[in-house]
Amino acid sequence: MLTNITMGQYYPVDSRVHRLDPRIKLILTIAFIVCVFLASNFAGYILLSAFLFAVCRLSNVPFKMLLRGLKPLRIILILTFLLNLFFTPGDDVWVSFWIIRITREAFLQALFYSLRLMFLVAGTSLLTLTTSPISLADGLEILMGPLKKIRFPAHELAMMMTIALRFIPTLLDETDKIMKAQMARGADFESGNLLSRAKAMVPLLVPLFISAFRRAGDLAMAMESRCYHGGEGRTRLRVLKITKNDMIACVIMAAFIAMLILAGRFIPF
Amino acid sequence: MRNDTHILAENVSYTYDDAAAPALSHVNLTVRQGEFVAVLGHNGSGKSTLAKLLNALYVPTDGCVAVCGFDTRKEELVWEIRQRAGMIFQNPDNQIVATIVKEDVAFGLENLGVPTEEMIPRIEKALSVVRMSKYADSAPHMLSGGQKQRVAIAGILAMEPAVIIADEATAMLDPSGRKEVLDTIRMLNRQKGITVIWITHFMEEAADADRVVVVSDGEVQMDGTPREVFSQVDRMRQLHLDVPPMAALAEELRKAGMPIRDGILTIEEMVQEVEKTLCQSKSAT
Amino acid sequence: MSIEVRHLTHTYSEGSVMRTVALDDVSFTVEKGEFVGIIGHTGSGKSTLVQHLNGLLKPSAGEVLIDGEDLNGEHVNRRALRQRIGLVFQYPEYQLFEETVAKDIAFGPKNQGLSAEEIDGRVRYAMDCVHLDYDKYSASSPFELSGGQMRRVAIAGVLAMKPSVLILDEPTAGLDPRGRDRILTMLEELHAREHTTILMVSHSMDDMARLATRLLVMAEGKLLADGTPREIFSRTEMMKGAGLDVPAAARLCQALRDRGIDLPTELYQADELRDAILRLWRQGKEATGC
Repeated sequence: MLTNITMGQYYPVDSRVHRLDPRIKLILTIAFIVCVFLASNFAGYILLSAFLFAVCRLSNVPFKMLLRGLKPLRIILILTFLLNLFFTPGDDVWVSFWIIRITREAFLQALFYSLRLMFLVAGTSLLTLTTSPISLADGLEILMGPLKKIRFPAHELAMMMTIALRFIPTLLDETDKIMKAQMARGADFESGNLLSRAKAMVPLLVPLFISAFRRAGDLAMAMESRCYHGGEGRTRLRVLKITKNDMIACVIMAAFIAMLILAGRFIPF
Repeated sequence: MRNDTHILAENVSYTYDDAAAPALSHVNLTVRQGEFVAVLGHNGSGKSTLAKLLNALYVPTDGCVAVCGFDTRKEELVWEIRQRAGMIFQNPDNQIVATIVKEDVAFGLENLGVPTEEMIPRIEKALSVVRMSKYADSAPHMLSGGQKQRVAIAGILAMEPAVIIADEATAMLDPSGRKEVLDTIRMLNRQKGITVIWITHFMEEAADADRVVVVSDGEVQMDGTPREVFSQVDRMRQLHLDVPPMAALAEELRKAGMPIRDGILTIEEMVQEVEKTLCQSKSAT
Repeated sequence: MSIEVRHLTHTYSEGSVMRTVALDDVSFTVEKGEFVGIIGHTGSGKSTLVQHLNGLLKPSAGEVLIDGEDLNGEHVNRRALRQRIGLVFQYPEYQLFEETVAKDIAFGPKNQGLSAEEIDGRVRYAMDCVHLDYDKYSASSPFELSGGQMRRVAIAGVLAMKPSVLILDEPTAGLDPRGRDRILTMLEELHAREHTTILMVSHSMDDMARLATRLLVMAEGKLLADGTPREIFSRTEMMKGAGLDVPAAARLCQALRDRGIDLPTELYQADELRDAILRLWRQGKEATGC
């Protein structure tokens, strides 16, 4: 029922993209996000799509997995599209009746905004699909390392993120189980108005929270018993090393940014 | 103290912060290197509290615990102790930290500050000992309960412990998972000489331990070989524990007047004894 | 109330690489008042099967008939049918959520739309069934109870709906011997007193030997065998093939018979085996005149 959420789920295969240093991947993802905002015309969007598709192919992650990550967003996407479509001012009117007015400008903006959202989510999903949460956390921890000097808890944050990611599938399974158990007691999660539906969630959420707290307590004890004592003096199984592969990736990204800027400048559509 | 004493608990009492009565009182326990000690007790008997005292997760309110000679009351020794006394818990899901099996096995080593080059062979070895090498790159939530527990064991094993304390490590598993985990621990005990404290409420799992310690109401009630402990059928029942079915049957036959000897635990022993008794009754002329 | 399962098949993730057939052409009928034990290795399809029996899962093929009515039929009031079939999941204590024991048990009856008076009666009845004292526990928080007590509260929550059929998925998993005995005794009483039809999934053959009047053996999604415990436990080879044990008494009986001791076949309960051995011993003594 709830097992088909792929956002933030690692897809464990081997590929050049998987092997990239997580720090580099994080930086490249940020660069990609900047690119998404840099793209100002259709040519840019075509380039972005081509780039995403190519990276996806290179990463051995099925394109379907990437699309599936967009599914939970479909309502927001539709909303973004519609809001922009109806409320963007413009001159070139395509459709007009009653209070509805759709202009060419509005349509283009709606399209751009929803595409932009899709690219952002797909780009970041690609990061999480190809990077194991632990190495992602490692990467983040090192990137944020300099901030430790101003007492920023980089290690703790990274560890929290790892654990959260580790427990997502477990808690999803649990939600499914509790939901079924309450349905067997006659609970109804599907009908009624918004208020009664929110109320119907109580028998689901309370046990889920209790279980999460219990797990947290257990896990804390298990970690302590395995000598966990914060980030100090800790070594890593994965030592991060910048390889030739990483350098190539950076060069490709730089070239891509250049192409995007050029496309925005010189291609007129 | 002899230097092959791995666990020494002297007159240990422990009271939880918000509790009126102690969870453990005046417990004495000495475990020597290589022993396989099963600790039996019903829920709330104090057996889990005992486990946590043996790994310095708790510090005794009274008395003292020493692990391989290290006193758990001394805070600076806590990492020495936890490295030597590895612990496996009941819920397989709630003790796996990482999202990839081998990275979870690495967790303890990372905490100890083991250099990376040294870590890799230790992880590989630990995984191969528990026969989980195949799953080194798998996600833990795809594994069965028994497999998850074996990963947890590998995580402990990589730290090269002297003692493994299993706190109801099989309570949430199905029969085949239980067997998997118990067989793995037994193998570690026999082949690597690792001392094992096996905490359980399954009588079957205690049956071939070297020694059975029965805990109830926070006190050690019995301490002896499985044969000595399990032949006291009535006493075990009083403590709300199961007895091996053959020991129970032997007791009932004895009560009905049949001359069955004490200390029967297995089906083979029972077969021999019944056969003998029946033959005697036939040829007693 | 009878349950009829006809050619039930269930496939997970149809049409993908993960496709697995969890149930494969399973058919059987359970009549009112039976105590059916469902046994099988993990992954044999037991849990999938029980979730079909109250409509939480829909069959890929085949049907489930409750008193002749198709549970997944078009014009069926599924919620009403579902309420007549109480399903207790594994580790049911994890579903408790209310502030008090009484309120939690009342959740099911409330969903059934009963009056406050009726609900109170149901809560008292259910707590009585699971041996929890109403005056002592009804106002306490379920989260302050012991594990075994919490489980009994959860079972009471299902019993309060007065189902005609009670299905339990490993109701004793993770409990210590005392907790386990309480649950089994409670089920035994319920079955004897109210003739509730009970289906129970369990890994413990000794529990099955004690309670079940009939056993269904599942293996790889198929119904491997269906018969009385006596029949099933005497088929040691088949049980071994399905990765299952037989009760200790059945193994002893088999071993004694192998040694030429004249015991009746198919004994599987400790009590009957004890009596049979004693009978032989007394006969031997009488024959020799001592």
